[in-house]
Amino acid sequence: MGKLTEIRWHGRAGQGVVTAGELLAGAALEEDKYFQSFPDYGPERMGAPIKAYTRISDEPIDVHYQILSPEVVVVVNPNLLGIVDVTEGLAGNGIVIVNTPEPPKKIRQVLGLKGSKVRVFTVDATAIALEMLKRNIPATLMIGAIIRATKLVELDNVVHVIREKLGAKLRGEIVEANVKALHRAYEKVQEG
Amino acid sequence: MVVSTKMALDGAHAAARAMQQINPDVLAAYPITPQTAIVQTFSQYVADGEVDTEFIAVESEHAAMSACVGAAAAGGRVMTATAANGLALMWEIVYIAASMRLPIVMAVVNRALSAPLNIHCDHSDSMGAREAGWIQLYSETAQEAYDNLIQAVRIAEHPDLLLPVMVMQDGFITGHGLERMEVLEDSAVRDFIGTYKAKYSLLDIDHPITFGAWDMYDYYFEHKRQQTDAMSKAMKVIVDVGEEFGKISGRSYGIFDAYAMDDAELAIIVLSSTAGTARTSVKELRAEGVKIGLLKPRVFRPFPAQEFVDALKGVKAVAVLDRSISFGAMDGAGPLFLEVCAALFAAGLKTKVVNYIYGLGGRDIFPQHFAQVASDLQDITATGKVKSLVSYLGLRE
Repeated sequence: MGKLTEIRWHGRAGQGVVTAGELLAGAALEEDKYFQSFPDYGPERMGAPIKAYTRISDEPIDVHYQILSPEVVVVVNPNLLGIVDVTEGLAGNGIVIVNTPEPPKKIRQVLGLKGSKVRVFTVDATAIALEMLKRNIPATLMIGAIIRATKLVELDNVVHVIREKLGAKLRGEIVEANVKALHRAYEKVQEG
Repeated sequence: MVVSTKMALDGAHAAARAMQQINPDVLAAYPITPQTAIVQTFSQYVADGEVDTEFIAVESEHAAMSACVGAAAAGGRVMTATAANGLALMWEIVYIAASMRLPIVMAVVNRALSAPLNIHCDHSDSMGAREAGWIQLYSETAQEAYDNLIQAVRIAEHPDLLLPVMVMQDGFITGHGLERMEVLEDSAVRDFIGTYKAKYSLLDIDHPITFGAWDMYDYYFEHKRQQTDAMSKAMKVIVDVGEEFGKISGRSYGIFDAYAMDDAELAIIVLSSTAGTARTSVKELRAEGVKIGLLKPRVFRPFPAQEFVDALKGVKAVAVLDRSISFGAMDGAGPLFLEVCAALFAAGLKTKVVNYIYGLGGRDIFPQHFAQVASDLQDITATGKVKSLVSYLGLRE
């Protein structure tokens, strides 16, 4: 079996987590890869903590179960830290990416990862979303951070998918604002 | 030559896409989680003029199936979609649709039946409808859900059958799971399904006939005999259509998907999305030297009894996994297990068969569960004894 990467997303319902998973899957498709992206639905209500999962692989993916031991954890909403055990099952050399204004060092401390081989990345996707998209929808911007941390897919392919998918339902300037915001998130990622 | 487009679709959208390409005359449906995306997406196709379908937004599933029966009796190519309690509410008319020999195609996104209220996957809904006279096809992936729906039209409308077909996919796991799949060209689907000319139509006023007539003890029994005879002919049609579909898609379909069964001494039988996880586990167990195989039935109605007997000859111990319970059946077993047992017994086979109930209400099933099943089967072959006929996977006791 080829290289399989398993990602778990933590967010709150309504923040675009499902859309982000779809965009990442779309970029994987552009690269002729295989993927699964699926939410973990509970009672659906805006603001509730939700999880979603993405698998990306060079080979067809047969399994159908939730990801318990992800290599990558993406925390879309920083106020979930301390409420949800976001590092549960995370591989010892895994990656945590958090949307937060705090520096990675602080997040490493909050998550109890001092001295651990887990790589910690942060980006203030909420600030970027509020400034450039005028809405609190940081999830899709986290893809920029995922690519920076993992090189899982090419940033240009995500841009292509954003233009295609969002272009079908949103005005041109909003689509381009999303593209710019994605680039900004990619550039602003910090590791520590 | 196969021409198709690679897409990222979940099972519900894949089903809606198949329906769009099938372009039925009438689609009557009521939304219910996790099937909602099918009806919602299809109604968008209607609003955008991408289909010619008369879309009937009804007030309930009972009305949905009633409208389907009316439209199909009028000679239309008719489809619908539902899940769980929606299918339960249709019940009366589901049976009538089959008994009137109306080739309706229904997408079912499997979900647990209430109570307690649960929106997640198990097979209690479609398994509850297994005696209603519909052909039942189960799909592992969004791709299979799409492929099965297209084939279902041809199967249902086959002149030897004229039987309705349900195409199942697992709620959320497949229905809301985005995956890579291939969508055929519209014209390829159109040519494959062809046009439908009903043999009898209510609207054919030059040849007036009666549908759903009063039928006393003088003829009701004969009509039921004809119905069950038609079901007996379905297996050949399903296989023929599955082979023909392979020519336009590169994906042929049969009755089972068999993996590593050729020299298998142990076998696991499981439907739908769980078969993918099982296949991965079987692969790993094979690498460890365990002679185990997997049978994923695609067809549950009609039940492929002879085919099961042929496939399981030489196998020493079999585990049948059921995602529903037949309450009050022997030891509270599941329907797939009971049918497999009946088939093997009638053929005189003495294979040891055990049942595992799993995944009710969406409870997840993991590779370690299959490792446990394999280990149990090894115990059975070593000792010749079955400790527990019906067990539970992933259950807190």
